[in-house]
Amino acid sequence: MSALEIRQLNKTYRNGVVALLGIDLDVQEGDFFALLGPNGAGKSTTIGIVCGLVNKSSGTVKVFGHDITSETEAAKAKIGIVPQEINFSQFESCLEIVVNQGGYYGINRRTAMERAEKYLGKLGLWEKRHERSRNLSGGMKRRLMIARALIHEPRMLILDEPTAGVDVELRRSMWDFLIEINRSGITIVLTTHYLEEAESLCKNIAIIDKGGIIENTSMKQLLSQLNKETFILDLVNPITDLPELNGYSANLLDPSTIEIEVFRERNLNDLFKLLSENKISICSMRNKSNRLEELFMDLLSNNGNKM
Amino acid sequence: MEIKCDMYNQSTLIAFNTIVIKEVSRFMRIWVQTILPPAISMTLYFVIFGNLIGPRIGTMNGFSYIDYIAPGIIMMAVINNSYANVVSSFFGAKFQHHIEEMLVAPIPNVVILTGFITGGVVRGFLVGIVVTIVALFFTDLHVHSFPITIAVVFMTSVVFSLGGMINAIFAKKFDDISIIPTFVLTPLNYLGGVFYSINLLPEFWQSASSFNPILYMVNAFRYGMLGVSDINIGTAFFILILFTTVLFAFSLYLLNKGIGIKT
Repeated sequence: MSALEIRQLNKTYRNGVVALLGIDLDVQEGDFFALLGPNGAGKSTTIGIVCGLVNKSSGTVKVFGHDITSETEAAKAKIGIVPQEINFSQFESCLEIVVNQGGYYGINRRTAMERAEKYLGKLGLWEKRHERSRNLSGGMKRRLMIARALIHEPRMLILDEPTAGVDVELRRSMWDFLIEINRSGITIVLTTHYLEEAESLCKNIAIIDKGGIIENTSMKQLLSQLNKETFILDLVNPITDLPELNGYSANLLDPSTIEIEVFRERNLNDLFKLLSENKISICSMRNKSNRLEELFMDLLSNNGNKM
Repeated sequence: MEIKCDMYNQSTLIAFNTIVIKEVSRFMRIWVQTILPPAISMTLYFVIFGNLIGPRIGTMNGFSYIDYIAPGIIMMAVINNSYANVVSSFFGAKFQHHIEEMLVAPIPNVVILTGFITGGVVRGFLVGIVVTIVALFFTDLHVHSFPITIAVVFMTSVVFSLGGMINAIFAKKFDDISIIPTFVLTPLNYLGGVFYSINLLPEFWQSASSFNPILYMVNAFRYGMLGVSDINIGTAFFILILFTTVLFAFSLYLLNKGIGIKT
């Protein structure tokens, strides 16, 4: 079953800005789906329309089969949203924010309190439950928005850049939490600027640019399109001149570091053999950038963006 | 189907209660800004106009001046506070974006509207009670008709809560929520027969005053308390019902269209 089905979705803002140009998108139930794109591509507009914060110009959106226009309440009840910007009252406590949100979804206070304890606890905020939200750190505010989005136990959780500005340790713990709730059956739609995050977490992906979907496939399928990878090699002994490495495009970054492009049809064994023949020993090797990032940049470049 | 309908109604009721509790908690949390100021300013009205100037004016429509203005002063507090509550709360929610908490939830717009209006009505009643207690320190209040008194306070606070809602929906910055109270509400209050009977005015100004809706509300409330009014009580209720209906329909239309709250 489709958790989210978008057909010919268009959005033109009152000031004339065209944000979406007839996009089609399907997210299957249970998926961990990445919606990626550069700033201003239309990601937040799409999410805003799905959640009822932005009026669509035309097209249809269905959430678990419920049309957001004709069955608005039924569709909204199935979605939990973690927005990009902090959007809770700065004067209320964490507990009030989460319990009130439960109330808006028709959950009685007793159940809302039980769930608030569960989700605030899981996200490490239960000790802060009586703290006014404005006193929380940036990372805590983001976790509070996740707890609030889960209070009505939605079937689909939409996260619009949930880890923006969050430190590495906290980001990793948020990933673990999202994987856990996805395994429990909740469909997750994620937008992020951290492509490593999308590559690690998501099964399927859509890339949106200039209001249109330019790629919509599985993460595995997308990564298989990558025809070359760029590696950084750290050398055991420094060198002054880089020898000719036939069939590889290489560049000496400094006496101890080589950057080298390896095409899919070439294997790494040949490269290491060639390096050995030239008496170059490697002590470590890493990708120059995340694989998805390389593909993402290629796709945007092919779509007419200046990179 | 019946069970599903009951669950829907129950969910809607919980959502409504949540908005009302949140609204009442909000203005009670800042009672120094919301409940105390009207008590102080209305005390000054009673001291200056009632005690100091009032005895020199004598009687008005058969009542001492302080008795005559007391209902108007109470009604003025109800009007200002029901308006102020909704305009500041709804605009604050828009400004901080936490109105989105309600917009993403499966709450019908009519429930959001009635929730905020109820918050305004509760504050209007509470401030009305506080000002009435203040008035009792200066004069003995009469109640000619308790049902009319309560009905007028209720309907007036609904009308001005709706006014506050419409103002907040269109407001884009904080200046926009102070323009209407300063340049429209205050003049209408002072020219709405709070401090005088319109029978004292020249004929032209009596006719001009008839376009001021506050005149009807103040006089209907004065009728409820003193049994005298410059306006026919039936006409006053008709105006109240008309304004309530039109403003409610307009507010709901704005929310349904997403004007001022959705892009």
